[in-house]
Amino acid sequence: MTGQEPDHAADWRRDVFRGLKTAGVRHVAYVPDAGHATAIRLAEADPDLNAVVLTTEEEGIGYLAGAWLGGQRGALLLQSSGVGNCINTLALPACGGFPLLMVVTMRGDWAEFNPWQNPMGQATEASLKLMGVMTWRADAPDAVAPLLHGAATMAFEGNAACALLLGQRLIGEKSWLK
Amino acid sequence: MAEVSAGGPLERREAVARLLAGRDDLLVITGLGSPSYDVMAAGDHPGNYYLWAAMGSAATVGLGLAVAQPARPVLVITGDGEMLMGLGGLATIALQRPPNLTVAVLDNGHYGETGMQASHAGRGLALERVAEACGFPWSRAIADSAGLDTLRDRVAARAGLTFAAIKIRPENPPRVLPPRDGVHVKNRFRAALGYPTS
Repeated sequence: MTGQEPDHAADWRRDVFRGLKTAGVRHVAYVPDAGHATAIRLAEADPDLNAVVLTTEEEGIGYLAGAWLGGQRGALLLQSSGVGNCINTLALPACGGFPLLMVVTMRGDWAEFNPWQNPMGQATEASLKLMGVMTWRADAPDAVAPLLHGAATMAFEGNAACALLLGQRLIGEKSWLK
Repeated sequence: MAEVSAGGPLERREAVARLLAGRDDLLVITGLGSPSYDVMAAGDHPGNYYLWAAMGSAATVGLGLAVAQPARPVLVITGDGEMLMGLGGLATIALQRPPNLTVAVLDNGHYGETGMQASHAGRGLALERVAEACGFPWSRAIADSAGLDTLRDRVAARAGLTFAAIKIRPENPPRVLPPRDGVHVKNRFRAALGYPTS
């Protein structure tokens, strides 16, 4: 990752991390992503959290199911492209009744420069719903904290798979200038 | 070219029963297909969680459990085909390196559930070398009873992150089906550990 987030954007980025901590999350599984860079950095630095870097997103679904069997909560941070990698593995929370909290940064969603991101980005929310995952979208900074609280509550209190999608307009247009 | 070794001499049900003999506080995760039947044949147990889908996930479920329960030995028992679908998970596991986790692959070099087609492991890929390259501090192929006994002792002692490719014969004993109600098995598992189930 390069540089620092502008001040006006920092709050919602920290809200993601704060929301996970407030929800009692002990494990943060992730595939590196610019939109999640703040939460990843804070999770890696937090001695009370186990931060788990994955090679592919579906590993996180297995990992978090195992952690739940062992009595602990976790969350999966991923990009919309990674949702595609997860589809078959979403049978695990569906059939085992495992809570699954996903926070998804969107690409191919708004002002996308790279059209190769568009097919999965446009299919992300529908794909999750097809696999039984409940979804919410945050497109404004002040929506992140309440929607994450809601998704975490319904995941951990209802043994449900829940995803909060962070819209590309919230995250900001990716600059392709060198 | 090295000689291709598809499976090995061990009988799978005997091998699994030997690994699980005298289990005490052991927790077991099984990969879908024959390894689940093998573990079930050795005796259903509240400390077992059987996967029926999510192919490639057995090892990472074991990882999450091992990290959450460091005082308990955790044993993943899966097949070579299931492990091959989640090879990246070996890299993820090796980075976390929980000393109480063992990934044991019942390696017959074939996809027994789908008609005994040869797997990559049956065409020359040595899974124990993959795990070693990923950073598993102890990773071996096991082809005899003494090796199984060594492995069982390592598991019980939580002696360090372990990978074993257990070389079994390519054959399908009669199926012994574990429960397919994943919610029930999850609740039973959590209850045995003292956690709420609703």
